[in-house]
Amino acid sequence: MSSLRRVGAITAKEFKQLSRDRVTFGMIVMIPLMQLILFGYAISTTVRHIPVAVVDNSGSAAARVIAEQVRVTQVVDIVGNYNTAAEAETAIVAGAVRAALVLPENLTQRAAGGEPVGQWLVDGSDTMVSSALLGLRTMPLHLEAGVPQGAYQGATPSFEVALFFNPERRSEVNIVPGLTAIILTMTLVLFTAVALVRERERGNMELLITTPIHPLELMVGKLVPYIFVGLVQVTIILGLGHLVFSVPFQGQVLGLTAVTLPFIAASLALGLLFSTLAETQMQAMQMTFFIVMPSILLSGFMFPFDAMPQPAQYIAEILPATHYMRLIRAVFLRGADAAQLLPDILWLLGFTVVMLAIATKRFRKSLD
Amino acid sequence: MTELAIRATQLSRHFGDVIAVDNVNLEIPAGEIYGFLGPNGSGKTTIIRMLCGLLTPTVGEVSVLGLDIPAQAETLRRNLGYMTQKFALYDDLTVEENMRFMSRIHGLSRADATARIEELLDRYALSPMRTRFAGAMSGGQRQRLALAVATLHSPTLLFLDEPTSAVDPENRRDFWEKLFDLSDAGTTILVSTHYMDEAERCHHLAILETGHLRNQGTPQELLGQLHNRVVEISADDLRQVKQDALRLPQVQSAAQQGLHLRVLLRHGTADPISYLHTHLKDSTLTLTHTKPSLEDVFVASTDTGTKQ
Ligand SMILES: Nc1ncnc2c1ncn2[C@@H]1O[C@H](COP(=O)(O)OP(=O)(O)OP(=O)(O)O)[C@@H](O)[C@H]1O
Ligand SMILES: [Mg+2]
Repeated sequence: MSSLRRVGAITAKEFKQLSRDRVTFGMIVMIPLMQLILFGYAISTTVRHIPVAVVDNSGSAAARVIAEQVRVTQVVDIVGNYNTAAEAETAIVAGAVRAALVLPENLTQRAAGGEPVGQWLVDGSDTMVSSALLGLRTMPLHLEAGVPQGAYQGATPSFEVALFFNPERRSEVNIVPGLTAIILTMTLVLFTAVALVRERERGNMELLITTPIHPLELMVGKLVPYIFVGLVQVTIILGLGHLVFSVPFQGQVLGLTAVTLPFIAASLALGLLFSTLAETQMQAMQMTFFIVMPSILLSGFMFPFDAMPQPAQYIAEILPATHYMRLIRAVFLRGADAAQLLPDILWLLGFTVVMLAIATKRFRKSLD
Repeated sequence: MTELAIRATQLSRHFGDVIAVDNVNLEIPAGEIYGFLGPNGSGKTTIIRMLCGLLTPTVGEVSVLGLDIPAQAETLRRNLGYMTQKFALYDDLTVEENMRFMSRIHGLSRADATARIEELLDRYALSPMRTRFAGAMSGGQRQRLALAVATLHSPTLLFLDEPTSAVDPENRRDFWEKLFDLSDAGTTILVSTHYMDEAERCHHLAILETGHLRNQGTPQELLGQLHNRVVEISADDLRQVKQDALRLPQVQSAAQQGLHLRVLLRHGTADPISYLHTHLKDSTLTLTHTKPSLEDVFVASTDTGTKQ
């Protein structure tokens, strides 16, 4: 009996403490709510709206008909037109489009012979994307005159497909570089999120803020060691991915570093901001969790970014992991130049500056 | 009139409904050791924090070293050494690492820092444990380290919040020797304490209770206020005498000390001995005037010690 009473007393106390810790309380409600909404949005096994380009070398009416029929499948969105296949390939490497449909000069003759009327050049690194595009290979086409009976009705291929970068369609090729974005988000945000809170909890802060140190000095000083932590982690993940999972490395170490450093900085700055918001280390951890889950679900790590509905994409664009996901896959798998990826890099740098500025502004050298 | 290091006027600080400091006026002369004597929760730490600019006063003005606080706190911080009540250095750094870290924070050059650290390690007898983790030190050693670090940048003003709470009486004497050395060198020291023996060593004392400044002055001045007001009583039945004494309107407090009863009379009692003789009906009474102690001053100044 008395044991039950003691249990009751403890339970009541925990509830009381919990209800007084407003951040934890909020998280208890917000986390399932947010994850459910995000999950619901993001999970979509039918991949749609993949951005692609068309290279029309024939200039024929048939080419326009084919492009239109491809568009109405909704599997792809035609976002660009290029004059040559080489230009389209550059766009694929830069990540502007995931695939390009090349329609040859002799389109009309090929159609008359019932041969495949064009070729898809596909970025194969994301296997969900490449599966969807492979599905277009035998899509029915309705062409006007001079086409043999029964051609392009699913039995014979309408298009040829050339898979770039991951012809065996192994999913680890896409997952390993993406994993760096997730793991770095998780560890770096967490490390810095608890950094200031810990000093406050242990009583170090009261002395530290009674010295001439500037908040920005404190912030940057806290951040620098973790830049190295981040670089070590990237090296481990990509090194093992390359050696153990045979993920091909197409890029250069310099380019890899150039895209990784801004992401590390962005994650650390976000962590520091959490550090100024949280009152306990526990709260800092919960805030980290708050950013890690959407990063896993929405960054393009689990589901192709282009296939997500618009609202989910807007949320995803806020997350540093989304931008790094694009960058690391482009550099590592497609050998893209850092210069081709400037928008994402600049976005990460801007994010870093804004977060640091807010964190520094929020941090007061006082105990009020 | 000597130069003032600190002047606080009508200083108050509220935390929600709690009034931690209530309308305190302070004038602390430069170059002195000024003591805050007060029980737990009397507002010592809160006042010190307001004087450093760590807390903004709810009401009142603070001027430290001629600077307007908290507005000019940043300038003050270059000339201020602060020893927090809770150990604020890093447990997972060694003695020397802690000192080196703080010397860099204070912007000492490498050479200056090295010389200064050696000097302080030596002065505070920390040399033998220079590679020991701060977390592995005894309470007293840790407080020596904290004092050493507080003086690292040779500040002109030192705030020490209960610096000897974990120090035994013997080491406390040593610790105070160091404070007098610093004071002789011109440093103004503000120190908070619960200990009477420490309070007695201060040049000036402020007695605080529940956020109020109850009394202030030099120890001599404060003791002088109690001239003739402390009477030592011996009798056969001290317990009964004590109960009777406490009922008298002119008796502020009565406490048994060994074989005696120490009675403090209220201000303005004309002849305490005859007053007690008249009102305490006990044939075995012997009454003598005795020298007041700071403890008596504390009891006389506060409500806490009264009538128990
Ligand atoms: N941050 C705070 N929030 C709410 N109340 C506070 C805060 N800091 C202090 N107080 C209250 O203000 C009063 C004075 O506290 P303070 O720490 O200044 O006392 P002190 O004299 O230093 O006590 P001690 O000898 O125990 O260190 C106490 O009642 C305390 O509960
Ligand atoms: Mg205190």
